[in-house]
Amino acid sequence: MSRYVSFRDFDWFLFIFVLMICGLGVMEIRSATMHTKFAGAHIKQVYWVMGGIAAMFLVSLFNYQALLDKVHWMYIASIASLVGVILFGQKYLGARRWIKLPGGAHFQPSEWVKLILILAVAKYFADLHHKSELSWSDFLKAGMIVGVPMLMVLAQPDLGTALTYMPIAIMGLFLGGVRAKQALTVLLLAGLLMPIAFLKVLKPYQRERLTSFMNPDADRQGSGYQVNQSLIAVGSGGIWGSSEGSQTHLAFLPVPQTDFIFAAFAEEHGFVGALGVLLLYFIVLMRLTQNAQTAPDRAGTFLVMGVVAVLSFHILVNVGMVVGFMPVTGIPLPLMSYGGSSVLFMFLALGMVMNVRMRRFVN
Amino acid sequence: MFGRDEKISAIRLTAVQYIILGVFLILTYGLWRLQVMQSDSYALMAEKNRVRNVPILAPRGKILDRQGRVIVDNYPSFSALLLRDSARDLNADADMIAKGLHMDPNELRQRIKKFTAMPQYQPIFLKEDITPDELSFIESHRNELPELDTIMAHRRLYPRNGFMAHLIGYVGEVTDDMLNQPQFELYNPGDVVGVSGVEKQYNNLLMGKNGSRRAIVNSRGREVGRLDETPAEPGKQLKLTVDVDLQIAAEEALEGKNGAVVAMDPRTGEILAMVSRPTFDPNHFAVKISKDEWVKLVTDENHPLLNKAIQAQLAPGSVFKIIMATAGMQEGIAEDMHVNCTGGASFYGRYFKCWVLAEHRTHGVVDVSKAIYQSCDVFFYTLAERLGIERIAKYATMFGLGQKTGVDLPQEASGVMPSEQWKIRNFKQKWYAGETISVGIGQGAVATTPIQLARAIAAIASDGTLRRPRLTSPRDLPANIIPATNVPDEVKIPIDPKSWEIITDAMANVVSPIGTANSAHLQGIDFAGKTGSAQTISNTLKAKMGAVGKSKFKDNGWFVGVTPRRNPEIVVAALLEEGEHGYLAARVASQVIKAYVEKQRRQPTKVASGESKTEIGAVWSSPNADGDGDRLQGGRFYVDLPKKHAVLATAAPGIR
Repeated sequence: MSRYVSFRDFDWFLFIFVLMICGLGVMEIRSATMHTKFAGAHIKQVYWVMGGIAAMFLVSLFNYQALLDKVHWMYIASIASLVGVILFGQKYLGARRWIKLPGGAHFQPSEWVKLILILAVAKYFADLHHKSELSWSDFLKAGMIVGVPMLMVLAQPDLGTALTYMPIAIMGLFLGGVRAKQALTVLLLAGLLMPIAFLKVLKPYQRERLTSFMNPDADRQGSGYQVNQSLIAVGSGGIWGSSEGSQTHLAFLPVPQTDFIFAAFAEEHGFVGALGVLLLYFIVLMRLTQNAQTAPDRAGTFLVMGVVAVLSFHILVNVGMVVGFMPVTGIPLPLMSYGGSSVLFMFLALGMVMNVRMRRFVN
Repeated sequence: MFGRDEKISAIRLTAVQYIILGVFLILTYGLWRLQVMQSDSYALMAEKNRVRNVPILAPRGKILDRQGRVIVDNYPSFSALLLRDSARDLNADADMIAKGLHMDPNELRQRIKKFTAMPQYQPIFLKEDITPDELSFIESHRNELPELDTIMAHRRLYPRNGFMAHLIGYVGEVTDDMLNQPQFELYNPGDVVGVSGVEKQYNNLLMGKNGSRRAIVNSRGREVGRLDETPAEPGKQLKLTVDVDLQIAAEEALEGKNGAVVAMDPRTGEILAMVSRPTFDPNHFAVKISKDEWVKLVTDENHPLLNKAIQAQLAPGSVFKIIMATAGMQEGIAEDMHVNCTGGASFYGRYFKCWVLAEHRTHGVVDVSKAIYQSCDVFFYTLAERLGIERIAKYATMFGLGQKTGVDLPQEASGVMPSEQWKIRNFKQKWYAGETISVGIGQGAVATTPIQLARAIAAIASDGTLRRPRLTSPRDLPANIIPATNVPDEVKIPIDPKSWEIITDAMANVVSPIGTANSAHLQGIDFAGKTGSAQTISNTLKAKMGAVGKSKFKDNGWFVGVTPRRNPEIVVAALLEEGEHGYLAARVASQVIKAYVEKQRRQPTKVASGESKTEIGAVWSSPNADGDGDRLQGGRFYVDLPKKHAVLATAAPGIR
C-alpha cells in the first residue's frame, strides 16, 4: 500500500470557512479596541492566525496514527506541565494558570492539554474496537483520563477551561457506545454532587457569576454587570446592527475583544450579522462531522469528533453566555476571540483534522 | 482492516449533528429574543447607559430695594455631585467619598438610599459650597471615583450681620414635607427654595428653572460628546419697596436692643423698612447650618428667628388710646368729655390706677387732647366704660387690629382684639365689664403686632384711609406672581374732620415739651405719635415676685409716629421688648423719621416747570380742602419758574 498523501486532499472548503470566521474576528477586534489601550490588537491577532495556519499545515504532515502511538508519553508530559503550573505558575488575578517562559512569553498548559486529551480519548476508544458495548471499568477509565487533568485545572482555578475537557469525554463515551443505564447513572450522580460542588469547590466569585446569571437584575452594578451590559449590547444591536455601537465603543461592554466579542459583533452587525456568524460555525461543524465519517479508522473519527465536541461546547457556552442562557465562565469564542493560546489550539486541532482527512484513502 | 464493523455507528454521528443543530437553533432563538423581540427596550437601556443628564443650575433672582440697589446677590460656588448612572457600587465607595468631602459616611449612605426611587440619571447633591481642598479631591480622583462630579452653582449672598434678615428670609433645600404638598409638586428633591421671608413669599418669581445638558459618557463616566442642551432660565429679580437708607437707619436705631421697627408709607402701604432684633445671619443657612448653631437660634428666649415686626403679638398699651379716642369722637362721647384725674378711679368695685400716680402726681381735669399727649389712663378708663367693649372692638377691628394686615410675608400673626363674642367662643365665659376698663388702655387680652399698629395709626392720621401694607409694588411684579390675599388694598373709614384734627394735633403734642415723649422731639420736623408702655404681667404679680419680677418682666415700650401729622408720608412703629417706657421706643422711631426727612430734603424735587431753574430750601404747600395746609416742606427744591414769578419762591428762614 502506497503512502500517498497530498494537499489535494487537504480540506480547502473547511479552511476557507475557518478563515472567514477568523477574518470577522480580526475585524471586530479592530473595531472594539479602536479607542482603548488595546488598540492594535487585531494586528497581533493576524500574526497569531498566520502562526496558527503554519502550525496547522505542519501538524497535518505528521501521521496522526504515529502521534496516537506516542500519546501516553504526551499524556504524562501534560500532567507534568499541569503540576508545573501548580508549583511554578504565575499568579494573576488570584489564579495560577500560566508558566512564564524565558524570553517573556507566557505559556498556558491547560490549552494544549486539551489537545492531548482529544488524542488520548481517541486512542483509548479506538483500542476498544473489539467490544460492542462499554463496560463499567472502561467507562471509569475513560473518565479518569479526562477527570485527572480536569481536576488539576479546576484547582488553578480555571473553571472555564476545566469544563471544556468534559465534552471530550462525553463525545468519546457517546460514540464509544455508552449504555443508557450508564449515562443515566452518571447524570444522577452528577445531579446529586452538583450542590456540594457549588458550595465547596467553587470560589465565591464563581458562585456569584452563576447566581447573577440566574438573576442578572439582582445586582446590576456588581456581578450582574457583565451579563447585563452584554444583553444590552446584543439587544440594542437590533436586526441590522447599531451604527454607533455605543456599548462596545464607550466601553460599557467588558472585554469586548475576548470573551464578549460575539456581543460586540452582535451589537454592531445586528441579528443578521450574528446569525451569519453562527451559520459559518455551523457549516464548519457539519463539515468536521462529515470528515469524521470519512476517517480511515476509528481513531480518526474519534479524533475529529473530539475537536467537534470542544468547538461546539465553546460556541454553546460563549454565545449562550452572550445571549444570557449561560453563566459567565470566561470561555473564549474559538477563532474569533483575541488570544494566542486559543487561536493556536484551534489551528492545531484543525491540523489534526486535516491530518485525518488527508489520510482517508490511506490505510 | 477495512471492516465496517470497526467503524463507528453512523447513527450516533448523525445524532451528534442533530444535537449541534439543536444547540444552534437555541442560540438563534436567544439572538432573536434579544435583537428582534426586545430590541427596543435594550436600545433604551443602551441610551440610558451612554447619555447622562447634567443639570445646569439656574441662579435665583436678585433682590433689590426701591431704588434698584442690590440687597441680595448670588456668588458662584461649587457643589459636589454624585452621579448614580455610572457603573459603580456607590455604597462601597461611600467611605472614601465621605472622607474626601469631610462628610459622615452613614449620612452619605442614607442620602444615597433616599434617592434610590429617583430616576438614575438624576445626580445627588452631596455637599454644597465645597472648599478648595474638597474640590481638588474630586478633581484628583476622577479615575478612582468617576461617579463624583462638581457643578457650579449660584449661592445666595445675603447682607452681613443679619441686616434685614427677617424680611428677606433665607433659602434651603426643599424638605420632604414640602415635596408632599400639592403646591410644591413641581419641585424636585435637592431644589433650593425660599424657606422664610420674601425668599419664601416670592419663591416662584425668584426661583429660576434649571436647565440640563445631555452628554454622552463612556463607562467610566467621562464625557465624550454632547447631544443637546436646555439652558437654565434664571430667576427674575424682585424689587422691594424697602429703602435701604431707611433700613440702615432703622437697623442702627434698634442695634443692641430687643424689639422691632416697621416703617411704611401710608399713602401706598409700601413698607420702607422692617427690622427685628435680635437677628441672625442667613448666610449660615445658605450652606448647611451646624446643629449647635440651629439649636442656639431656636432655643434663644429672645427668639432671633421670629420676625417681631409681623409676629410679635403684644398688648399695644397706650398706643391703643388713639383708637379709643377715634372711637369716642366718632360715637360723639369723647369730644366734650372732661375727666378729673386723681391718679386713679374705681370701676365695677375695683380701683384702676393711672400711670401718673407712680410719679406722685395727678393729671387734673383732662380733655381728649390732653388725655392723648399726657396719656391719661383715667380718661380712657372712663371712655371705655361709656363705649363698652362691643363699640371698642368694632372700631379696633375696623382699623385692622387683631387680624392679619395682609402684608406679603409668610407667617404673619393675627393678634387678638377681644369682644364678648370672642370670649364666649374661645373661653366659653361671659365678658366681665371690668375687662373693658383694661382694654381701654390697650391692656388685657388685646394683642397686636407692630405692623398692625403702624397701619391703624397711619389710617387715623390719613383721615381714615386704611391701606394694606406691602413689600412690592404691583407694577414691579408679573401678573401671575401678585400674591393672593383677602385683605382689600384700601378701605375708607369715615372720620369727622374735627376729630381728625384734634387727634393728630394731640399726637404732635406727644413729642412736644408737654407730651410723654418730649425727648423724642425733632426740631424742624412735623412729627406726631403716641407712646405706649404695656405690662407683660400684671403689676400685682410683679410686686409679688419682687426684684426678680421687676428685672425679668419689664414693660414693653411702644411708639407709633408719623410725619407730617396729617396725611403722613411715613409711619414708624417701634417696639422695644422690655424697653420699660414708650419714650425710649419714641427715640428709636424718631431716628427713623429723621433719616427719612433728611433724605427727602437731600433729594431734589421738581415742583413746577418753566424757563429758569431756581434752587430753594423749602416751599409752603397750598392749603387743601380741609383748610390744613400752611405746612412747610423742607429740603432742597429746584423750581423752574417764569422770570417774573421767581420772586415768589424764596428760601424759608432757618432751613438750609
